[in-house]
Amino acid sequence: MTKRVFRIWRGDARGGEFHEFDEEVDEGMVVLNVLHRIQAKQANDLALRWNCKAGKCGSCSMEINGRPRLACMTRMNVFGPTEVITVQPLKAFPVIKDLTSDVSWNYEQNKRIAPFKPQPRGADGEHRMYQEDVDRVQEFRKCIECFLCQDVCHVVRDRDRKDAFVGPRFMIRLASLEMHPLDDEDRIPEIKKEYGSGMCNITRCCTEICPEHINITDNGIIPLKERVIDRYYDPLARVARLFAGRKLRMKSHSEEHSVE
Amino acid sequence: MNVSEIQTFEHEVLVIGAGGAGLRAAIECSARGLNTGVISKSLLGKAHTVMAEGGMAASLGNVDRRDNWKIHFRDTMRGGKFLNQWRMAELHAKQAPERVRELEEWGAVFDRTPDGLISQRNFGGHRYPRLAHVGDRTGLELIRTLQDHGVHQGIHFHMECTALRLLLDGGRIAGVAAYWRDTGRFVLFRVPAVIMATGGGGKAWFVTSNSWEYTGDGAALAYEAGAELMDLEFTQFHPTGMVWPPSVRGTLVTEGVRGDGGVLKNNKGERFMFNYIPKRFAPETADTIMEADRWPDDPSARRPPELLTRDVVARAIRAEVEAGRGSPHGGAFLDIASRRPADFIRRKLPSMYHQFKELAEVDITTTPMEVGPTLHYFMGGIRVDADTQQTNVPGLFACGECAAGLHGANRLGGNSLSDLIVFGKLAGEGAASYLGELQGTPRADDEQIKAAYREATDILNRESGENPYLFHEAIQEVMSNNVGIVRTGPELETAVEQLGVLKGRAKNLKAPGTSQYNPGWHEALSAKSLLVVGEAVARAAHLREESRGAHTRLDFEGEREECARFNIVIRKGASGEMQVEKLERPEPPKELAAIAYATLEELEEGELR
Repeated sequence: MTKRVFRIWRGDARGGEFHEFDEEVDEGMVVLNVLHRIQAKQANDLALRWNCKAGKCGSCSMEINGRPRLACMTRMNVFGPTEVITVQPLKAFPVIKDLTSDVSWNYEQNKRIAPFKPQPRGADGEHRMYQEDVDRVQEFRKCIECFLCQDVCHVVRDRDRKDAFVGPRFMIRLASLEMHPLDDEDRIPEIKKEYGSGMCNITRCCTEICPEHINITDNGIIPLKERVIDRYYDPLARVARLFAGRKLRMKSHSEEHSVE
Repeated sequence: MNVSEIQTFEHEVLVIGAGGAGLRAAIECSARGLNTGVISKSLLGKAHTVMAEGGMAASLGNVDRRDNWKIHFRDTMRGGKFLNQWRMAELHAKQAPERVRELEEWGAVFDRTPDGLISQRNFGGHRYPRLAHVGDRTGLELIRTLQDHGVHQGIHFHMECTALRLLLDGGRIAGVAAYWRDTGRFVLFRVPAVIMATGGGGKAWFVTSNSWEYTGDGAALAYEAGAELMDLEFTQFHPTGMVWPPSVRGTLVTEGVRGDGGVLKNNKGERFMFNYIPKRFAPETADTIMEADRWPDDPSARRPPELLTRDVVARAIRAEVEAGRGSPHGGAFLDIASRRPADFIRRKLPSMYHQFKELAEVDITTTPMEVGPTLHYFMGGIRVDADTQQTNVPGLFACGECAAGLHGANRLGGNSLSDLIVFGKLAGEGAASYLGELQGTPRADDEQIKAAYREATDILNRESGENPYLFHEAIQEVMSNNVGIVRTGPELETAVEQLGVLKGRAKNLKAPGTSQYNPGWHEALSAKSLLVVGEAVARAAHLREESRGAHTRLDFEGEREECARFNIVIRKGASGEMQVEKLERPEPPKELAAIAYATLEELEEGELR
């Protein structure tokens, strides 16, 4: 057992400051364990969110030594033996209190996205999809909505263009629908106009931060950008669409760049 | 305090809890045209359902054509040691396949069979591969599917909102007093129907797979409002929780590890489960390693004993540890590394791979995991009618883990996710038909509302008092020491007595700080629920003088025939005392009894789909 120093931001929308706490740390602990100890022993009203303690629910997102992380998956042994651990709430969203921020904007974005629209079932009453065709969609559906990607996105965080871009989380949600073998909704116009696929300038910060290791940029956002380009800027496709009278869709991911 | 100044919402039905059951119930209510509200303690999509890993059981028969509802029903009854409510087990087995297909209609993307159908995996106690799954994150898929579908159904979601008390008018539901966690302000829901979908109460124990939300709120609030609870003595200890490091002790390791070929070993390298096969399951369980290893590819091979029901496996691990054959940190070894190729493990069990790598620095593709029992699930809860999910309190419904009846004395893995969607829907139907026949508008009087809020604010206003976190630990200590995986009469009496002392001390809880997002205050408010469910479990466990399913009494070994004839029901007495009584089980319908006691051959050959 060793003593460690934590600097924790405490305050609310009106302002706040860092408070220093010394706390005992045992072998194998993660940051969330230490915060719980501080909460129980030193600061009963310290506000923070958590649920599963195993990186599956995405509740305990916060910025730890400047990097957005899940507190439950950040082991204490990743820090130097005397390193002070600084903890603060996600910066891209308004703070509620201490380590909690108001992430309701994300829920509003999700609600804007048109619901899944399934094709009719086959004659045998079944939907048939093949594993190789759903692998990519399943990658996106691993998302635990921790919103760390939203927190590091330059468009959302630094430029505060929440009005123009839904952020990486919802780009891959859109990708999971657009590439869903059964989805019959035409999503390309909204991806371009409403959700701002053009705003992403591919710095890949979201991909680097993703605790689920989803290849957000290369497997999600770039293919969506390509579909937008094919639709709006490819003259051949425009002519074809004119004759076909409906959208051209490419469902097989083999036609796209695949980055593992 | 002026009640008219409290923020008030009016809905026709309020669902408490936004896990799988609550969301499915809300979707059903909304589909039936009801003005539907949902409150949840956490943000949407964070409920404990996301932790469910292995899959949802439904006899789709996609992987093995021999499967059908009757065999699922039989497995469920046998797993529950015949204390399940027959009708619930029947409804569940019959309706689960349609509920799973419906999820696909709403966008769920399950793993596929080679011919493009929903794939199904093997699991403990299930005769055939039956669990529709997505790797080992099926719960996340379920909750996200329901969430993304639900937000388009006109449901009013109230996030980070906690119920304090059910409000009544002449014994009927009239509303819910609640508070916003973020602002600390009170909020009033005036509703004639409430659906409880709050999950279990695992946080009454130290070692649990449950998150902070699992404080038994649903059972406790319903109990306080006059509802009956049932089967509380049956608390499931999942055999495989993480045991190291200490900070993650209890975190779930999916049964899918064993379903996909993992085996349990002691520190001598022996596959000890062969020594713990109960008589009832012996004819269907492999008795040599050679036979177990031929399964599932050889249809004549019987299932390996690692896939026996959870109660059996949990007790076996405990016995090995007691006998000095445990792993270094007091568990057993769960080995899939030597059984399956690394890429198979990473593909089928990605989050287990990730979880062990990140939290324990163990690579499960090369090294066995250390695992041990963890409090995982409440088979018992609020007593409901099988078809409508209504409780004995008019207007109050319950579904999912907080309701009792489907699982009897022990739940099969995979039956909880299907439970959520089958009975979530039925609860929605039940609430709709109740409201259709409701005469007049129940209206809660101001006194009840003020009392609920006064009790809550007292915790903040007190000059000094007990630390809510340490108080919670005191409850956990009582339950862990006296109401564990094996129990004795004297220990259970000690538990009831000590919980009684804690009940007195609870009146002196103090949360420092303001009401704004104050977890200490939230912790103090949930203590009351923990005490109710803790006492209910201890009292029910004391009354059941036998060992059956998840309930093991060292002083009463083995199942007793006469104990199969009752369930234990708990209600609040007129003077506030907890009443515990044996409720005689009705005779099962002949057709269902015939199925439950049939041999597999009869069910497989007699009547295929």
